[in-house]
This record gives sequence, C-alpha cells and structure tokens, in this order.
Amino acid sequence: HRNLNGAGQFFSSGHTNNWAVLVCTSRFWFNYRHVANTLSVYRSVKRLGIPDSHIVLMLADDMACNHRNPKPATVFSHKNMELNVYGDDVEVDYRGYEVTVENFLRVLTGRLPPSTPRSKRLLSDDRSNILIYLTGHGGNGFLKFQDSEEISNVELADAFEQMWQKRRYNELLFIIDTCQGASMYERFYSPNLMALASSQVGEDSLSHQPDLAIGVHLMDRYTFYLLEFLEDIHPASKTNMNDLFKVCPKSQCVSTPGHRTDLFLRDPGSVLITDFFGSVRKIEITMETINLTDPIKQMEEK
Amino acid sequence: MKVFLNYPQILKRWEASQVGDVDPGMSVAPPHPHTNTDSFQEELVVRPLHSGDIYASFQFRTVWEADFSRGNKVSHYQLFPKSLGQVISKFSVRELHISFTQGYWRTMQWGQPFLPSPPGAELWVWFQDSVTDVDGTWKELTNVLSGIFCASLNFIDSTNTVQPSAAFKPLGVGNVTDHRFLRYATLPREIVCTENLTPWKKLLPCGSKAGLAVLLKSEKLFHSSFHSQAVHIRPICQDQRCKSTSLELRQTLNAVFDLHTSGQAKREWSLFKMFSRTLTEACPLASSSKIYIDITDNSQGEQFELSPASSLLSQAVVLGDRRTFSVYDLTDQATFGSTRSLNLLIRDMLRPLLHAERYVAGYGLQTGEIHTVMYNHHPYRSFPVLLLDSVPWYLRLYIHTLTVTSKGKENKPSYIHYQPSKDRLRPHLLEMLVQLPPNSATEVTVEFERALLKWTEYTPDPNHGFYVGSSVISSLVPSTVATNTSITQEQPLFSSFFPCKEELSYFVRVYTEPLLVNLPTPDFSMPYNVICLTCTVVAVGYGSLYNLLTRSFQIEEPSPGLAKRIANVIRRMRGVPPL
Repeated sequence: HRNLNGAGQFFSSGHTNNWAVLVCTSRFWFNYRHVANTLSVYRSVKRLGIPDSHIVLMLADDMACNHRNPKPATVFSHKNMELNVYGDDVEVDYRGYEVTVENFLRVLTGRLPPSTPRSKRLLSDDRSNILIYLTGHGGNGFLKFQDSEEISNVELADAFEQMWQKRRYNELLFIIDTCQGASMYERFYSPNLMALASSQVGEDSLSHQPDLAIGVHLMDRYTFYLLEFLEDIHPASKTNMNDLFKVCPKSQCVSTPGHRTDLFLRDPGSVLITDFFGSVRKIEITMETINLTDPIKQMEEK
Repeated sequence: MKVFLNYPQILKRWEASQVGDVDPGMSVAPPHPHTNTDSFQEELVVRPLHSGDIYASFQFRTVWEADFSRGNKVSHYQLFPKSLGQVISKFSVRELHISFTQGYWRTMQWGQPFLPSPPGAELWVWFQDSVTDVDGTWKELTNVLSGIFCASLNFIDSTNTVQPSAAFKPLGVGNVTDHRFLRYATLPREIVCTENLTPWKKLLPCGSKAGLAVLLKSEKLFHSSFHSQAVHIRPICQDQRCKSTSLELRQTLNAVFDLHTSGQAKREWSLFKMFSRTLTEACPLASSSKIYIDITDNSQGEQFELSPASSLLSQAVVLGDRRTFSVYDLTDQATFGSTRSLNLLIRDMLRPLLHAERYVAGYGLQTGEIHTVMYNHHPYRSFPVLLLDSVPWYLRLYIHTLTVTSKGKENKPSYIHYQPSKDRLRPHLLEMLVQLPPNSATEVTVEFERALLKWTEYTPDPNHGFYVGSSVISSLVPSTVATNTSITQEQPLFSSFFPCKEELSYFVRVYTEPLLVNLPTPDFSMPYNVICLTCTVVAVGYGSLYNLLTRSFQIEEPSPGLAKRIANVIRRMRGVPPL
C-alpha cells in the first residue's frame, strides 16, 4: 500500500498541534510575582505562535486592575517598569475563585460540564504537545491553591496517567516554579513526560528583584531567567532542550533547578524548544495525490 | 408573597409608558438573506464636570435587519458580530443587557450618567416566550457569556438570580408582560480589566483599528475614577409605522477621568491627555461618526476655549435638561487637522433630582440593619420610585422590621412585592413603589441576621467580606424641559437610549453602592487541630486501656549469673536437672 504509507509518513513526524496550560495559584497582592511569572510565559508562548484558543490561562487573582497597583492595567516583570507582560491583548480563561484544584484537574482530564465554553477547555488529542506551567507556593509533595487547598504530586501524576490513557497528549512538558518544586514530578509514571523544576526537595525558590515604586517583588528568579532565555527564541530557532536545562544555574538562582527526562522517549537533545513553546506547523509540499479512504459505495436497494 | 396595597394608577401609567407594541397579527415577510443591510453608528460625548474631571461616553450602535421571533435562522453576518448573533438565536433571547463596571458613579458630584450601571457585573435578559425551560437556558447562557467576555459569569446561579416583577421592563419593542421570562443577576465582586475590554473591542465592526475605538487603550481607561463597558441588545422598530422589527446592538463605554491622578497642573483636557491617542479617521463601515462636546455652560466662549473650533452646533434634551453641543463629524475629511486637542474649563450643571445611598448599620457579627436613603431634590414636585433590592440568602432579612420614613413620618409604599429567600437556593427579592415627597430624604430600613455558612462555602479570602449587590431605583422624574418622544434616526445616540412616551418626564435609573458585610468566619485551622488532638487522645488513651485489659501476665525467672550458668552447663552434661 504505497499510498497509505505516504499518508502515514506525512503524520509520523511527531505532533501536529500545540497547547499550553498556564496556572498561577496564588492570591493576594504580595504574590504579584506569581502572576507576573505566568504572564511572562503566556507572552512568550503567544509570541512564538500558539494562539489564544489553544492556551488555557488561569490566574487566581487580579494584579493588573488591583486597587493597590500604582499603574493600572499593567503587570511588570523588570524593575524600572521596562516590560509590561500584561499587554493589550490578553485572554484569561479562569480567573479569581475559578482557579481551584478541581477545575485544574477537570481541564487536564477533559471532564468538564457540557455547558463549559470552548475557551475554557483543553481540546487536545493524541498528536498534541502540551506545555504545563505551574507557579505559586509549594512544599514537599504539594502545591497550594489560593491559600485554601492543595494538590499533591500523586494527584498530578494520576491526572497525567488519565490523560495518557485517554490519549490526550503526544508529549508533555511540565515546568514548575515553586519551593521544593522537584517533589512535584517525583511521582510521574506515564510515558512521554519531561519535567523541569526551579528547586530541589529541601530548597526554596527565591524571588528576583523588588520594585520600590510598586512595592512588591516582581518575578521569581527561575522564571526571570527562563523569560530571558525565551526572548532569544524565535519560531525558526533550532535551540533544543539541553539548553533549557542549563537555564538559571545555582549561581544565578541560588536554588538548584532540576529536571526529569527518564520517561521521555526521545533524546532531549533532539527536542526543539519550539516543539513545546511555539506552534510550528509542519508543512510538506507534495505533488502526488493520496487516497486516504476508499470511495463510499452506495447501498443497493433490496 | 405578594402584598398589594392600593395598586395605584401610577404603576399602570409606568407600564403603559413603555414603547408601543408590534401588532402580533401582522405577518412579517421573513428577511431575504441577501438583502440584509446592517448599519453602524459611532459617537463620543465629552462632558466636562463640575470638579474638573471629565466624562467621556462612547456609544457604538449596530442595527441588524433580522427577526428572530419567528424562529428564522440566519447564517450571513455582516456588521453584527457572529458570536453574539449565534448566542441570541440559540438561546432565544429577546433582550440582553450586560455591563461590567469598575468604580462607583458619584451622582452628586458628576450628575446623572447617560447609561447607569452598578459596580461589578450586571446581567439581565428577557427571553422569548417560546422558551420552555427558562432556568436551564439562563444557566447555559451565563456560561457561554463567561467564555465570550472572559468573566466569571458562571458564578451566576439560583442563589443570586431574581425575577423582578416591575423594576426591569423591556427597553425594546414588544408586547411582553410575563416576567417569568426575565432574569436579573449581579456579581458585585467581579473585576474588570483588559481581558474584558479585549473581547468587547473585538465585537465592533472596525475592531480597535479605525474610528473612535482607536482611543480605547487600557492603560489610560483603567486609570480612571469610573469605567463601565456594556452591551445592550434589543429589538427596535424599523420605521415610524413599526410594521417589522430589527435588532439593535449598542456597545457603550463610560469613563470618568480624574483631574489629579492624571498628573495635571492646569484644568486642561485634550483627547491625547485622556486617551494617549488622537483620531485619524472615522470607521469606514460607519454611516455616522460624531463627537459631541458639551458646551452648554460656554455659550459666549467665556469659560473655556475649544480648539479646533467647530461650526456645527446641536441641541438635545437629555436627562431633563436642554444642552448644547459642539459637533465634530469624523466622516467629513475637513474635520481632521494635525492633532485634535481640546482645552476646557467648566462651572455649573443641573443638580440631579434623584440620588440614593445605602449603608449597613449595627455592630457585632450577629445582627445588623440595611439603610437605603433616597433623596428627592425637586423643590415642589413629588414622584414615585421603584426600589429593587436583591439580598443574598445568608443575610436573613426580618421583613416585619421594614420601615419607610420620610421627613420623620411613616411613608407607606403603595406596592410591595417580596419573595423570601431559601437557604442555598434563592436570594431575597424586595420591590417597593415609594412616593418621595418633594425636597426630602426617604429612609428604608430593614434588620437582618447573619447566617453561619458551612465551612466549604467560604471563599479562599473570607476575611475580605461578602458583597451584597447594589439596589436599583427606577423612576420617571419630572422634567422642566419637554422631551422629544418620537423615534428618529437623526437623534444622537446618547439621548435616545431609554424610550420615553411622556413629554414632561424622563426615565432615570440610579444604582446604590454595593455593601460589604463581614460574616462570622471560623478558624480554618480547627479541623486540622481537632484531628491531631483526637487522634493523639485516641491513640494514647485507647492504646493504654486496651493494653491493660488484654495483657496476660507470665512469671519469668530472672536470668542467672555467670557462675550459675557455667554450673548449669556442667550439670546438663552430667544429666542432672539444673539449679
């Protein structure tokens, strides 16, 4: 079946679409940096090509229009207010009290009530590469949501296993920027998962710089250097994951970032950054016609 | 529970003053899909305020020649946004009014707004009478709208939805009186930010790329004392004879910019200072694109200077006052110079006749009182107002303590509609028609008790408090100037929103402040403490008791010394019993 092989080869080069789930789990004004973290990753991911319809952005509190923000409608990531990561065209899908453990797990596993609008769903399939970014306050084996509940690493690993069994991802990149972040990926057991964390078990992730005009810390160190790294990436760049693992060494981050690749089938050196952070369409131009199915024959009257 | 006390003629006159109906017996030809003509108008009204602040009101109006009432399906969208068109046809919506507001409108300092709105989010919808399950459709509609506007409208459920019987009549044409098809809900806690403005701008035909919407930049808009964006959809008559209806979409945005926080030394305003943008062209899809500057207090040019000057003047009666406007027509190329800059100073304006306040009185976390005060500033005329209050179920109102007093004496309302709340199911609904005596303050007081919620029902930040939505006060206020009651296309948009059948009065809706009430909050670490303590007590107490009761005692010889053990070994070798 030469023709069928041609079609199979067309789709065998990995993923066909990209999704991103970006979650900030902290509430209250002094956790401004967590919202800035999430928005910086959101901004990079949009710039590299993933559209709003393929991004599920969850922000547990509103910093931009917070009454304590001296510059309304802005969220800055650099001191001296250089970079406004909030921007003019932002779509927040889950905000405020909607960011709960239950909603997060429902988004991942796809088990949402039927009246949920499309912008709040993760409509991935078995050829999707998904980027999941979490930030907030965490501990050994848990991540705190909004000061009232936690998600444990066991729950997260089980959610990913559900996603695998329902074929909801092709490859998944999990990045977490919290204290003792490496504990969150210890329990993963599904295939094709790669994980990065900002600190090891027993270490705290630290914040970067405070801004004296706004009065809070603007970003966390790991995500700050991650953003700096991503600003150099453009849709056609060939940088691979090994460079991502080198982001923020101990000298800059004070904590030791960790990563886990044993569940990932491909070699991390062959995985491009844009496989997860961008939305690069693979287009192969062909001159031959491919018959995908046999023509439908009409039923004969009896 | 409905209490009718002397249902007056005034209420009937109120109902009859809504816009006239389309004759249901008249057959309307279904619109031919290829001749759908949409029209789009945009306008901006700038009114300098008493205190040096400035009020800017945008209105974008799209009229769509489509009729959904007979189940017609439409698939061709021209200027009308497709997302809203699909929502209207799928959920059989007759009228939809949704607003997102940040800040509170200060009536006494700023006068009356053209389009009032309460702080937070407000949604009220009239459904077509073909809908069978209104509550289910309402729930689905709020979910879909939460996706369109990026707001948490999915928190609207039966505990904050009410069916007002008199306060919210339809604003479009139609012979509708059955309030079972009306739903009203507010979310006073809802935040408005750029993520709500972006999808709102995308509904406009020109987006934010051309026309007046170019001015809508979030950094300046949200740095204001008051900001409100709304979407209003209603059926309107196509012409004077009203043989058929078309659908009107009005997108409105009101903002009040503060003189001091914008960092100004002089009382000088310009489009660039307000919006950090200037205008370069009108929206090419607009049939009319105008800017109106209120110059009523500057008729001789002595208070402020307007530059560039415009020769076009227009007069309009709005909110009971005849005001003069300087008009700039953006579709006329001659209006554009290099920069558009306005320098203004202002003095007086008409004192608003109706104004209201609300606050919580009392102390402690058990009981309290809600006071609503309504002021009538007319020197000799009294007029009736309809007060709508929707209070969440966890503030248990004691309606037997409801008192209405004006000038120290009791003032009996002529119509009361009260629906008591059901725990965790629906809120209190109180509607009253009160006659306000001239030049007086009327105070409505009701006592309440705070309920204890289940610990899972608290929000993640319970010490912030719980919000109670604004009260709505609707009224036909007597006016000194005759209002134009005919519907014409040439009327500016800001004076033609609320339909008016009477010449000597105009319709006003005033919203009070939302209330922030502290409920008794438990100590959330107690479950953890209790579990630790109980487990410890059980482990130590039960464990010890079980041990004591079930332990069996055995006599055990102490182990012998070294010499005795060696002797025992020798004795065993010899076959003799040990020591």
